Amino acid sequence: MICASACKMNFKNLREYLAWLYYQYLLITGIYVLEPWEKSIFNSILFSAIAMVIYTSYVFVPIHVRLALEFFSGLFGGQPESTMALMN
Amino acid sequence: MLSEYLFSFSFWFQVNVASQYGTLYNRPFVESFEETPMLVAVLTYMGYGILTIFGYLRDFLRHWKIEKCHIAREKEEQKDFVPLYQDFENFYTRNLYMRIRDSWNRPICSVPGAKMDLLEQASHDFNWTFEYTGRIVQDVINLGSYNYLGFAENTGPCADSAAEVTMKYGVGVASTRQEIGNLEKHEEMEKLVARFLGVESAMAFGMGFATNSMNIPALVGKGCLILSDELNHTSLVLGARLSGSTIRVFKHNNMQSLEKLLRDAIVHGQPRTHRPWKKILIVVEGIYSMEGSIVRLPEVIALKKRYRAYLYLDEAHSIGALGPRGRGVVDYFGVDSHDVDVMMGTFTKSFGAAGGYIELIEYLRSHSHSAVYATSMSPPVVEQIITSMKCIMGEDGTTIGCERVRQLAENTVYFRKRLRKMGFIIYGNKDSPVIPMMLYMPAKIGAFGREMLKRNIGVVVVGFPATPIIESRARFCISAAHTKDMLDRALSVISEVGDLLQLKYSRRRMQPSLVRPFDNNMYEDIDD
Repeated sequence: MICASACKMNFKNLREYLAWLYYQYLLITGIYVLEPWEKSIFNSILFSAIAMVIYTSYVFVPIHVRLALEFFSGLFGGQPESTMALMN
Repeated sequence: MLSEYLFSFSFWFQVNVASQYGTLYNRPFVESFEETPMLVAVLTYMGYGILTIFGYLRDFLRHWKIEKCHIAREKEEQKDFVPLYQDFENFYTRNLYMRIRDSWNRPICSVPGAKMDLLEQASHDFNWTFEYTGRIVQDVINLGSYNYLGFAENTGPCADSAAEVTMKYGVGVASTRQEIGNLEKHEEMEKLVARFLGVESAMAFGMGFATNSMNIPALVGKGCLILSDELNHTSLVLGARLSGSTIRVFKHNNMQSLEKLLRDAIVHGQPRTHRPWKKILIVVEGIYSMEGSIVRLPEVIALKKRYRAYLYLDEAHSIGALGPRGRGVVDYFGVDSHDVDVMMGTFTKSFGAAGGYIELIEYLRSHSHSAVYATSMSPPVVEQIITSMKCIMGEDGTTIGCERVRQLAENTVYFRKRLRKMGFIIYGNKDSPVIPMMLYMPAKIGAFGREMLKRNIGVVVVGFPATPIIESRARFCISAAHTKDMLDRALSVISEVGDLLQLKYSRRRMQPSLVRPFDNNMYEDIDD
């Protein structure tokens, strides 16, 4: 939906397109009607929340993925290993 | 794109050529109220949630005097009394309405015809106070005035005769109708209104709102039942409450709901005593101005006859605007005007004057509060009504009236069709000159009003409390005075602003987009 109408709008360069996307963000969240200092408060809170989400995912997601893969490979691939160990 | 289809409900499109009442309609009754897309509803609630949080923050700052409070508050001595300004409506007014209030109450400095002039206003403290820069914004296309037949003009036969009458009778009347204020002009006007509507007699008042709120109490009282439509105007609701009768509400334009209520009323009678009701009055409007829908009059009349109820029809927006001869919704459906018991209408919308009329008997002359206590209408206003009505009826010897009625119907159908094709969600009947276009999100209400004014088009945007909270809309009122060029220019600007603000929410596209590409159709009309 955003891409379809963006094509109709004839943006001259990337800056204009990004400005329009920021305008859409202001309209959809309702920030458009607020005073500038309120906009800054909301933007900083949202930005810090997103930054924390990115940092947490950067630090913890690889560890969790590795543990999950080990757990599942332990379920399926683990049986042949243990019977072989018993026989040996 | 796919996710939208996953999230959306299917739309609701109703064509009623042969309903259960068979051949009551002489033309197809096409109304549509497309469902709100789920994603848009969720985002709208989220937007209101964020603004509510900021509203609480600002109220906190105002309470602890960190910020200066511009709005009405109780005095210091009254702090321990029951609070006056704590309900949701006042919260909403302080924290949301004030921020976008430059879209409303704009001062007009010319006649509000098809084009008007506005005073430019600027605010340096975020809409708490306004000041005028001194410039006048000229030739703003007027899509907001209730000027259906274009009689709001300062030149032409109506204006000339009103000026003559002012020279003869003056402007003030200085009395009520019952005392010394009954001029011969008033008698002439009332006879003319009765002839226009095809009824025996009519009575006129100075204010349309007062006509409803003061006359319903005179017609019904305790022991009577009022069946009122869900979306009736405040004046009808106020009149019904003032009368003291029992009020039951049926779903908007829903004949099954009305029939069920009628049957229950007749079978069970009054609540505790089970005696039969003294009178049952069905109160409906001709065109509902917030929805753009037209009442299903043939079905209501069939129900009324079957269950022996009375019908009160408020034709505030439909008189002059509907029907091949401009006689309102009765003319549009081709029903007999004697079937409707009480017809009420206003002169503000189609006749370019002010006031209301009601069609009934001598009883009201002595029993209605509005007739007894209100000052009578001013003579130039009365003359405007007389001249415009004669013009519509064709009695002044020209065909201007017929032309205007025809032009309005053509403009309405064209404008609605084009807006639908562009992809906006439009509510209402395809013949109604009131066109609500959905905006939904709170920030887009203010943005739409401002962007349209930047491009020299004046529109009316409506939000809570006049509409349900997520269904905010922009309401266009088409006039016979709009030429096709003006409509085309308005349509291209609306499309441009619709793309800028992402307002084209509709799920269904009309077939012609398959035949011709969408872009070519829209941009060939721009002439700048």
